Amino acid sequence: MIGADAMIKCLEAEGVKVVFGYPGVAICPFYNSILNSNIRTVLIRTEQNAAHAASGMARITGRPGVCAVTSGPGATNVITGIATAFADSIPLVCITGQVVSELIGSDVFQEADITGAVESFVKYSYLIKDVKDIPRVFKEAFHIANTGRKGPVLIDVPIDIQNAPLNNFAYPEEVNLRTYKPTVKGHAVQIKKVIQELQKAKRPIICAGGGVLLSEAEEELRTFVEKYRIPVVSTMMGIGVMPTKHPLYYGMVGNNGRPYANKAMNESDLLIMVGARVADRAVSQPGLITRNKVLVHIDVDPAEIGKNAGPTIPLVGDAKNIFQDFLKEEFSCDHDEWLDTLDEYRRDLEIHRNPNPDYVDPAAFITALSEKMQDDAIYVADVGQNQIWSCAYHVVKKGRFLTTGGMGTMGYSIPAAMGAKLAAPERQVIAVCGDGSFQMSMMELATMRQHNIPVKIIVLKNNYLGMVREYQHYTYQDHYSVVDLSGSPDLSMIAAAYGMRFQRLERMEHVDEAIDAFLEKDASVLMECVIDPMDLVK
Amino acid sequence: MQKKVFQLLVDNTSGVLSRIAGLFSRRGYNIESITAGVTADPRFTRITIVTSGDDVILEQIEKQVAKLIDVRDIKELDPSDSVYRELVLIKVRTSPEQRQAVIAIADVFRANIIDVAPESLIIELTGNQSKVDAFITLLDGHEILELARTGITGLGRGVDHVTYLDD
Repeated sequence: MIGADAMIKCLEAEGVKVVFGYPGVAICPFYNSILNSNIRTVLIRTEQNAAHAASGMARITGRPGVCAVTSGPGATNVITGIATAFADSIPLVCITGQVVSELIGSDVFQEADITGAVESFVKYSYLIKDVKDIPRVFKEAFHIANTGRKGPVLIDVPIDIQNAPLNNFAYPEEVNLRTYKPTVKGHAVQIKKVIQELQKAKRPIICAGGGVLLSEAEEELRTFVEKYRIPVVSTMMGIGVMPTKHPLYYGMVGNNGRPYANKAMNESDLLIMVGARVADRAVSQPGLITRNKVLVHIDVDPAEIGKNAGPTIPLVGDAKNIFQDFLKEEFSCDHDEWLDTLDEYRRDLEIHRNPNPDYVDPAAFITALSEKMQDDAIYVADVGQNQIWSCAYHVVKKGRFLTTGGMGTMGYSIPAAMGAKLAAPERQVIAVCGDGSFQMSMMELATMRQHNIPVKIIVLKNNYLGMVREYQHYTYQDHYSVVDLSGSPDLSMIAAAYGMRFQRLERMEHVDEAIDAFLEKDASVLMECVIDPMDLVK
Repeated sequence: MQKKVFQLLVDNTSGVLSRIAGLFSRRGYNIESITAGVTADPRFTRITIVTSGDDVILEQIEKQVAKLIDVRDIKELDPSDSVYRELVLIKVRTSPEQRQAVIAIADVFRANIIDVAPESLIIELTGNQSKVDAFITLLDGHEILELARTGITGLGRGVDHVTYLDD
């Protein structure tokens, strides 16, 4: 056995089913050994998307997604994907090949100091110097990636280590990390305090973030809020914690959120933030959420608590554990009046659009699409105006809504949807992007075809980088700069080139038939929706 | 803005110092001084960082550093309950006539003369920062050719807050 065989054995021991990647000489021993395994390999068309695809997979399986790329440019290309996963707290294990150990530091061909370069975007990184360390490092990497606040871990493996003989392979049963012990269980005293505040509160509200999904605490949270009739809002990353039509759900907060969701949060007298960072896009004025109210902040990462707003009650721990503990408490509370007020807000403060009838209205289209999608479908939104419309108009039933809210990386949706589809082949997976973000990941249509990954793609086409155009509209009075996407390819020909079915929707008249045809078979379809170039999300 | 001294106990892995220094630079925290050295147990390194910021920043520094995988422990070295020391080496230009005057100042501070050359002396002084600063002030009038300070290192007093290494 050589180091590369050991790396594969480690992945098998972790239950890894798919590795996304792109080979080069420095990772070739690994890709040679993987041929002796049942692990599926997917040749992605650019390394950044290997990390995005692994992210999509991780978000559906709840296990770290894995990608493996070569040294130098392969490794540096994957950084944006790693940074995206880091910002969104998605567990990844990224394996990079590295040049021969003794040549490290001498600037040889395809050498990059990748552990140095990704330092600020990983939870941890390793450069393996001894083949005997492989089992321990992989065990630790998977553990670190998927515990506490989840995130990417990078393992850099020089080619000579991959080729070095290793006689005894034993995958460790347990990790022994002296310095890494995340707090999972909430402090009993703090939990009691939260319950006391809930009993006192007249206007309580829970703001759920992506951490609730990462800890798979949706069911506990829903049971709790249904039992005590507590209203819920969510951040962008928390969309899907509650079904969109749930009577206790009052939408997404933030500068792109629902006005009634923000109003509800600001007027509450007890705000429980759970698995949310109180980040700038969700809470533009942290002062407002601490004024005249008790703020409870629940997060598995103690550094997030108090970073952007000082809570009255900090509660460090995993959301699932904490809501299980909440459910053990029995208490009474009455918020009917508050819920009536919120229902009024929801009714009176709904956004009213005036869509241009000469185009597809993205809002009505997304709503119609959601209604026809399977209950457990996975909707992957890209970045740009499409993302904001998706957040506002997609109706989550029992499915998932995936997007990158933290880093906002254009081109995320197609590779992430591929990862999600491989994780759940029986579910509908739909990527919704704009014509800008589509062109950032268009090359992956080949990957979809080659590996038979039937993702469905919607392109909301307006020939602009719409979100930036909108910003320039408001900030620079329509003084547009570098946002015109003229020169974009004919998408019907792109679809044909990749052997995909193509549909174009230009107006709303035939929307139902178009969506029915789009969803009909479990096959890749590219659907172009022509939207008003001057449309605005606000 | 207030100054704080943090004491860290970290795994003695390659790159640990750059991870910590990198965290300070990318999050815009100040480092006034940083010292590092292996502990009695060679698996661990003790790092002393002098930093400054407002309360919110100082709390974030403590939490963000604690979050690093290699960091076993971080605590504040409270000035009322700790000892700080800094070592400084000062090379002073001295003519044979001036030499005795400089040695006299050094004696008052219990500093050591560790090198004597025809035109210069090297003085070694250990103490808390104010003692070092006072000594440097007293050398005013003599030409300081080179000066090297280690930055503060320190320990808490007593056995109450010791982080034991043996688990």
